[in-house]
Amino acid sequence: MVAILEVKKVSKSYRQLDGESTLAIDEISFRVEKGEFVSLVGPSGCGKTTLLMCIAGLNPPSTGGLVVKDVEVHGPPSNLVLVFQEFNKSLFAWRSILGNVLFGLEAREKRSQDAQGEARRLIKLVGLEGFERHYPWELSGGMQQRVAIARALAYGPEILLMDEPFGSVDALTRLELEDTLLKIWEDLGTTILLVTHDIEEAIYLSDRIYVVSRRPSRILQTIDVDLSRPRHQITTRADAKFMELRNEIYRQISQ
Amino acid sequence: MRVFSRINLPGLLSFLALLFLWEISARSSQVIQSYFPPVSEIIRSLLSLIFSREVVAHLLATLGRFLTGYLLSALIAVSLGILLGHFRFAYALFEVLIEFLRPMPSVAMIPVAILLLGIGNAMIVAVTLYACTWPILINTIDGVRNIEPTLIDTGRTFGLGRWKILKEIILPAAMPYIVTGLRISLAIALILVTTSEMVVGGSGLGFFILDEERSLSTTNMYAGIVIVAVLGYGLNRLFLFFEGKAMAWHRGATARGLL
Ligand SMILES: Nc1ncnc2c1ncn2[C@@H]1O[C@H](COP(=O)(O)OP(=O)(O)O)[C@@H](O)[C@H]1O
Ligand SMILES: [Mg+2]
Repeated sequence: MVAILEVKKVSKSYRQLDGESTLAIDEISFRVEKGEFVSLVGPSGCGKTTLLMCIAGLNPPSTGGLVVKDVEVHGPPSNLVLVFQEFNKSLFAWRSILGNVLFGLEAREKRSQDAQGEARRLIKLVGLEGFERHYPWELSGGMQQRVAIARALAYGPEILLMDEPFGSVDALTRLELEDTLLKIWEDLGTTILLVTHDIEEAIYLSDRIYVVSRRPSRILQTIDVDLSRPRHQITTRADAKFMELRNEIYRQISQ
Repeated sequence: MRVFSRINLPGLLSFLALLFLWEISARSSQVIQSYFPPVSEIIRSLLSLIFSREVVAHLLATLGRFLTGYLLSALIAVSLGILLGHFRFAYALFEVLIEFLRPMPSVAMIPVAILLLGIGNAMIVAVTLYACTWPILINTIDGVRNIEPTLIDTGRTFGLGRWKILKEIILPAAMPYIVTGLRISLAIALILVTTSEMVVGGSGLGFFILDEERSLSTTNMYAGIVIVAVLGYGLNRLFLFFEGKAMAWHRGATARGLL
């Protein structure tokens, strides 16, 4: 297998207002292979967003290096898109749902013959058919997140980074969105790196999980999730292996 | 129903009462009449003026200067504001100059404009452009500075370059601020055009009003003032109409607490 993303001893410290600097990430290293679904699980404030911003080339690491498809990351890589934790702030309030998704296609600059048709297809894929002419603020949080995902997919990235994508939606919507995401991943074969503080979500979705410690974050453990696919909200979560993994990760994090 | 419920009946009645009071006071005294001719007479001159070619020419002259100065300043101030708002160094470079010129009453620049451009259209347009620039510029800079950083990061993760981000993200995101500046400058533009026309003379509603006063046709002077007032009102309504169309997204987003 080929690593599509390599994180090599990345550290990041922030300068505080009082002049002190805090270490948010401490020499984190891991790799993601092409087509994989990988999750990073860690408690809130451990540096997950910081790490994704580094990988997305939006915030340079203090030390260490990043390689995406054999190219060192200095600035945003062209074949990777980050779906932000604050997805509602990331949507364009002045564009309709269709307009937001079209943005992803326009950004690619690969003039497609039927951009409208392509955008509509993606909107349908995330389950928002009929809302093309609506505006982001007319939708619920879960629907807004679907728009953000459709817009990211429209760009056609090889790697999709997702920052606690379902953190601010209700529990039911969350389960629905997880399944939508898995279906998309299976259909499109996009490599996905997702961060979350929800242990069960990570297990349910991933091929592999990196357990991240409290700040300054380090990788505590790598866990291969050998649960069969396609996964199912009831049977997968009821699997004895699922429980075992959950308990193990929980023990790690709460140490 | 909607139309009727929007009319402010008490306000309208008190306004009409005031006009009526004006009318009877004017008719009761020769002295008052020489300053405030009866409303009915003003309305009569207004009607006859509207159908005279002369006033239409003045109106068109004013409108032409207004549009040239206002639209040019919108173009310049928005572009400049976006650059100054985005590039910190550029703003630092011009900050002192802006802070120095901004509070100065723009009419103080009329003599400078006359000195540089002589007496004529160019000078009126230049003064209007100058005065309109400040509110638009300052609001645009504010708008650019207040943009949600996540929006810019969104542009970057989608691989947009600096200029694309300016055009596709920063410009529309700052639009609510820009529109506020444009609305303030609309009133300012009309003030500057009419004031400069009084100074320059020859044509335009400003000139017409002053000229009628000088030739002691007070009713025509008031009729001219009414025409300017209606022009200002109409331009403002037109602006609000377009603003309503273009900014519907912003009202919705604000109402949902998303901005
Ligand atoms: N821009 C910043 N400046 C200073 N400190 C920051 C900044 N962003 C995050 N931090 C700090 O870094 C740590 C990790 O934050 P973050 O990456 O947002 O964590 P997570 O996403 O896991 O909740 C936190 O302690 C936070 O206070
Ligand atoms: Mg976070």
